[in-house]
Amino acid sequence: MTTAIVPRVSGGEEEHGHLEEFRTDPIGLMQRVRDECGDVGIFQLAGKQVVFLSGAEANEFFFRSSDEDLDQAAAYPFMTPIFGQGVVFDTDPERRKEMLHNAALRGEQMKGHATTIEREVRRMIADWGDDGEIDLLDFFAELTIYTSSACLIGKKFREQLDGRFARLYHQLEQGTDPLCYVDPYLPIESFRLRDEARLGLVELVQEIMNDRIVNPPRDKGDRDMLDVLVTIRDDEGNPRFSANEITGMFISMMFAGHHTSSGTASWTLIEMLRYPDVYADVVAELEELYADGQEVSFHALRQIPKLENVLKETLRLHPPLIILMRVAKGEFEVAGYAIHEGEMVAASPAISNRIAEDFPDPDGFVPDRYEKPRQEDLINRWTWIPFGAGRHRCVGAAFATMQIKAIFSVLLREYAFEMAQPSESYQNDHSKMVVQLAQPAKVRYRSRRRSAATSNWRG
Amino acid sequence: MGYKIEVDLDLCQGHAMCEVEAPDYFKVPKRGQVEILNNAPPQEDRAEIEQAVWACPTQALSIREEDD
Repeated sequence: MTTAIVPRVSGGEEEHGHLEEFRTDPIGLMQRVRDECGDVGIFQLAGKQVVFLSGAEANEFFFRSSDEDLDQAAAYPFMTPIFGQGVVFDTDPERRKEMLHNAALRGEQMKGHATTIEREVRRMIADWGDDGEIDLLDFFAELTIYTSSACLIGKKFREQLDGRFARLYHQLEQGTDPLCYVDPYLPIESFRLRDEARLGLVELVQEIMNDRIVNPPRDKGDRDMLDVLVTIRDDEGNPRFSANEITGMFISMMFAGHHTSSGTASWTLIEMLRYPDVYADVVAELEELYADGQEVSFHALRQIPKLENVLKETLRLHPPLIILMRVAKGEFEVAGYAIHEGEMVAASPAISNRIAEDFPDPDGFVPDRYEKPRQEDLINRWTWIPFGAGRHRCVGAAFATMQIKAIFSVLLREYAFEMAQPSESYQNDHSKMVVQLAQPAKVRYRSRRRSAATSNWRG
Repeated sequence: MGYKIEVDLDLCQGHAMCEVEAPDYFKVPKRGQVEILNNAPPQEDRAEIEQAVWACPTQALSIREEDD
């Protein structure tokens, strides 16, 4: 049986192939691969050929492959300088599964996490007053630093963090320019800021560690992961982990859930503001649901159908990861085309989530597409892929979904929101591998309790 | 009309959400995959089972209708 040679997409005649286009308009490039080449096509990222897959058949191959066949760790060179060279925790999926099995993400923890998230939201809005304006990126990036540190590392550690940690963490995430595919240590501004941010985080963690050493936990109940880490010694009796290593572990534990949840929360709100009928339906749904007097930690773990459909549709249109990458560790065949050892292989939630054959009105915001019997997320299991699919599906998906439900259970009942800038000016910045909301992304809020009280007063 | 619970172990990641929802029917050991304790529950527990199937983050669980 013969296999065809994978067609190459147009353009990319420059030194680094399609790298410059990938740095400015990655979604445009990937869509062109699909339009010109079909389900399997090639673009060039610096010295690497990237076999770009889309559509159900090719995606199924991608998501069913094991790590021995399609290797994740080697595909993300921008992560090493972020976690720190030689830091034991990395993007290895086995490590991430460890986190699941080490209980932080297991089902029985979710209720406690929901309580924690509600408390963190209420702390963030405690000084909001009756009305005002926020930038969505600033707000949700800080909130999700507190929720992910409290839930995944420990509440005691979270209490020792403030806005400085959030700002440095964001600066670190911005150090993911695709030029990392040429060399992640190139002397460019974005990488310099990345390294500076990481040093700043190490300094903050060192301060916290010093405090833990001077003030050891009173008892077992007062002890968190960091208290344990600072007491571990090597064979010579020296501290086993430096601040650099511990910071690397914590960065990696928070990484997958941070910018993803922050961006998704922002886009969930933006889409509701763009579709006032949908927004009104979700608020009415929450009012009705919480009329039973139950806690956020009760309802966030149960069905909130309209809000869930809004979230699914938000994720379809604005997946936080627009491209998933692997390195081929052998020879494979996909849809009649050959993939060779050493080539990069990629799938894209941004492209597959908008395939018109699977998702009618692909660019429209249609939360009803998840209603029975359409259920377009379940029916298109290999192309509705905001969380990936198959054996590599995001282990944080349940936590992330619960977190969005908890956040909006508080925000939408306490405050009414409206856009503070033109609808089309809310956009993502695609110049980095870690996609973030472009600033400004401002919205105005107004207390609903106060408005209700005032109208009662008048009425 | 009875029904059976089915699991696709290729997809189960051991989140144990099903165990939270229906502990009489699902058990997920630490570092393991789901064990179905009784795959043919009585009709009166169907709502609980459906909630567990819904709660699975990887859609590894499903319900199959059975003719008697």
